[in-house]
Amino acid sequence: MNIQKNIKVLIVDDEPNILLSLEFLMKKEGFIVFIARDGEEAFDIIKREHPKIVLLDIMMPKVDGYEVCKFIKQNTETKETKVVFLSAKSKEVDIEKGYSIGADLYIPKPFSTRDLVKKINLMAAEVI
Amino acid sequence: MNSIILGIISIYYLAFLFFVAYQAEQKTKKGKSVVSNANIYSLSLAVYCTAWTFYGSVGRATADSIDFLAVYIGPTLVMFLAFPILLKIIRICKTQRLTSIADFISSRYGKNRSLGVLVTIICLLSGIPYIALQLKAISNSFGILTNSLSNPNILTDHTFYIVILLIVFTILFGTRNVEATERHEGMVAAIATESIIKLASFFLIGIFVTYWLFDGFQDIFSKAHLIDSIKKNFTMKQDGGMSMWFWHTFLAMMAFMFLPRQFQVAVVENVDEKHLNRAMWLFPLYMLLINIFVIPISIAGGIIFSGKPVNTDMFVLSIPMHYSSELLAIMTYIGGFSAATGMIIVETIAISVMVSNNLLMPIFLGIPKSKSIINRNPSAVVQYIRRFSIALIIILGYFYFKYITEKYSLVSIGMTAFVVVAQFAPSVLGGIFWKRGTQKGAMAGLIGGTIIWFFTLIIPSLVSSGVLSDNIMNDGLFGNTLLKPYELFGMTGMDNISHSTFWSLFFNITLYFFISLCTKQTSLEHNQAVLFVDVFQYSKAIENSTVWRGKALVSDIKSLLESFLGQNRTERVVRMFAVRNNVNVQTRYADASFVNYSEKLLAGIVGTTSARMMVSSVAKEEDISLDEVVEILKKSQELMAVNKELQQKSQELKQLSEQLQAANEQLLLTDKLKDDFLSTVTHEIRTPLTSIKALSEILYDNEDLEHGERQHFLNTIIKESDRLSRLINQVLDLEKLESGKVRVLNETIFLDEIIEDAVESIEQLAKDKGVKIYKIIDKKLPNFHGDKDRIMQVMVNLLSNALKFSETNKGTITITAYNEDSNLYVNVIDDGSGISKEYQELIFDKFYQAHDQTIKKPKGSGLGLAISKRILELHNGKIWVESEVGKGSKFSFTIPIE
Repeated sequence: MNIQKNIKVLIVDDEPNILLSLEFLMKKEGFIVFIARDGEEAFDIIKREHPKIVLLDIMMPKVDGYEVCKFIKQNTETKETKVVFLSAKSKEVDIEKGYSIGADLYIPKPFSTRDLVKKINLMAAEVI
Repeated sequence: MNSIILGIISIYYLAFLFFVAYQAEQKTKKGKSVVSNANIYSLSLAVYCTAWTFYGSVGRATADSIDFLAVYIGPTLVMFLAFPILLKIIRICKTQRLTSIADFISSRYGKNRSLGVLVTIICLLSGIPYIALQLKAISNSFGILTNSLSNPNILTDHTFYIVILLIVFTILFGTRNVEATERHEGMVAAIATESIIKLASFFLIGIFVTYWLFDGFQDIFSKAHLIDSIKKNFTMKQDGGMSMWFWHTFLAMMAFMFLPRQFQVAVVENVDEKHLNRAMWLFPLYMLLINIFVIPISIAGGIIFSGKPVNTDMFVLSIPMHYSSELLAIMTYIGGFSAATGMIIVETIAISVMVSNNLLMPIFLGIPKSKSIINRNPSAVVQYIRRFSIALIIILGYFYFKYITEKYSLVSIGMTAFVVVAQFAPSVLGGIFWKRGTQKGAMAGLIGGTIIWFFTLIIPSLVSSGVLSDNIMNDGLFGNTLLKPYELFGMTGMDNISHSTFWSLFFNITLYFFISLCTKQTSLEHNQAVLFVDVFQYSKAIENSTVWRGKALVSDIKSLLESFLGQNRTERVVRMFAVRNNVNVQTRYADASFVNYSEKLLAGIVGTTSARMMVSSVAKEEDISLDEVVEILKKSQELMAVNKELQQKSQELKQLSEQLQAANEQLLLTDKLKDDFLSTVTHEIRTPLTSIKALSEILYDNEDLEHGERQHFLNTIIKESDRLSRLINQVLDLEKLESGKVRVLNETIFLDEIIEDAVESIEQLAKDKGVKIYKIIDKKLPNFHGDKDRIMQVMVNLLSNALKFSETNKGTITITAYNEDSNLYVNVIDDGSGISKEYQELIFDKFYQAHDQTIKKPKGSGLGLAISKRILELHNGKIWVESEVGKGSKFSFTIPIE
């Protein structure tokens, strides 16, 4: 647990109630949690905080999740950042598209909280 | 005035006509026909107004007062009343390729050669004096202007040189194409131009006299009252005045239709039947205009030359000369010159076609020696014959003028010609309305009528010119007093012209009618009678079907065509015919339809009679009965009807398949939209579901949660569940509305009540949020019919949206409603966050998230607006939004009251 304390996690979603649960879950695991309600906010935080892991919704107003993912993966400073798509788009094609853009993980909504937490923890171990 | 100068002016004028005609022909060659124009057609009809009108009307108005008008009322009546007759004659000539009145009559009565000859001779008898009359007008006007007398020596007579020029012009523009159906466009253009010139110049002299010499119409008429001799003229004569009016008007009607030159311009040169519609009023207008100044000029002349021996026919020239206005005199001269030349040119062309086709060609074809010459190069022969005829006719006219006409007023020659031309009326009118009329009847009528005409009008003129002794006038023929030329069978009290018209037509009609009833028609005659009388019924079929039976070699027919059309054109024509009618022309014996078609083509070139002779010389013919003819025509017409039906059917099929394709596309689109909708709905359901699931799991796994947090999570789960069920309800509702399964009630709705209720339902929520609601509602809103609950749903939806986006404790919502142009308008205005342009359309769309689109529309507007839109559409209404980000939105909808 202690090891993860200084790992920064950014959660990007436009649904406040989803943010509510994700924030709770990540904080409980001891991550340093940042929150963005749309793509533009996400850009700011990514540039400022360089989070190690980003939980990313796809469908959002203004800038969508794909754009954010591309930004992270194309930028030399941030390309090591892990991107986890959390999306209601759950068709095969959507998942494939997510990975092709550079996502490290794609979890369809609705998700199992235990499963999610397990996977994020594994990822955090890699990041260190 | 110097006669050389005037001569040069005349020549210049003719050169100008050459130019006009040449230009028109050039334009036609380029495919831009100037003659195919209703105005030009109407103007060309005005060739009716000859030098006789130009000079003679004034003379006649002076001598006989207002009955000169009868001559102009006739054509006007024809245009108004006999318009269908003219149309029928035009249609017959087009379908049968007839090119002259002689052709018309001979073709109707079994393509009879002697009838053609007879009509041609009658036309010559009427035409040559008439041409002479025009030459006399030219000569007299020339004489008055140059103050010289007509020269008895031909070589020093200026008129002779004008005659030569006219012959050249007429040959150039009258025989350019041998095929008479190919029209003389250059000539028509020149004639139309001349009509404008004569009208303009007559107007000029009229205005000069009426407004320059006198003070307008009133002044002239009031002065006329002072002179007894004029006054007398304006009272109707008691002795037969009315009958004279009647007969003269009637004569003018017949002349307008059957004079060779009128038949030429009205029928043969007609490009499009529709042009008649314009001519119907334009030509009578022309007649009216050219007659306006006749009486004023004649009165003025009477006053000015009172007591002096001035030729009344030449008033229009004498008046300007009297006032030494030379320029005006020259212009008037040009007007008269154009009236005369126009008549000569058209009349000569028309008669020359008859002379060559009905008189000379059949004779030459009948003589073996000359026939072989014709066969070598027939089109050249036809052209030479026609040129020769033209020269002959004009020269004959010149001699007639030179040696016979000196004594007559211009009008009497004209009227004499009218009477003989009126002899065509029974055969033509009977021929197109009465199937029973026979060739022998027509022949007898024409001969009888013409003999009476000769006896009652020509004999007296021969007497008065001294050729015959005047015994016959006083004692009658063979000393029989019943046979006096002017008092036939003792009839008195009529003027000579009416008298002659009455008796000649009496004999003509009687003979035509009774002999027709007593004689039998040949089968060909019978066939033609049907084709003429029922032309409108069969006009399409006549062109496409064949009323001929017999045997002819294709090679014979082809060589016949080749000799007139040339090899290339024949090939082209035959090929076209074969393709169009699906006929094989490569066989040994020609198809009947091909022979028939060839004969019609030839008829256009050499006339019906000659064409008939030529074809029968190469074909072995069999008779064909009328029943068979009618059968053929009917079949052809049925075939056309079936064809038309088939075409219609295929058109319908095509439309059907297009509709099918459209429906298919619509289906595909609907399918795709449904897909999109489904994935959108799933996504929308997954979102609250995700929250509910995640929060429930958190609650389950974390028993040690703080009370506040626990409550917050539970509350969120409840809200998200509500959201979920609301969404499902909306989806179902929308589905119902879209599929049309929903029943929209038809209740009387008072909009103000609806707004009141809707506001009440969200009042509490608004109060809680601190948002104020204002209403500006018209007092006298009319009620309308619709589904109350549904309209309420729209209203509530708009209000709750507005409330949702209003700022807490600060926002305001304004509702306005009014009636404009039978439409109710409702606006819901908030000052909330607003909607950016790109979403303003999207928010009403249930499928807001297209396949690849990952951008969401603004939150909160779920399916509510899509449902509202659909409800309003069911009420024939509309909904839209105007908004600016940060300033607020204005949602508006409108419903028509009925």
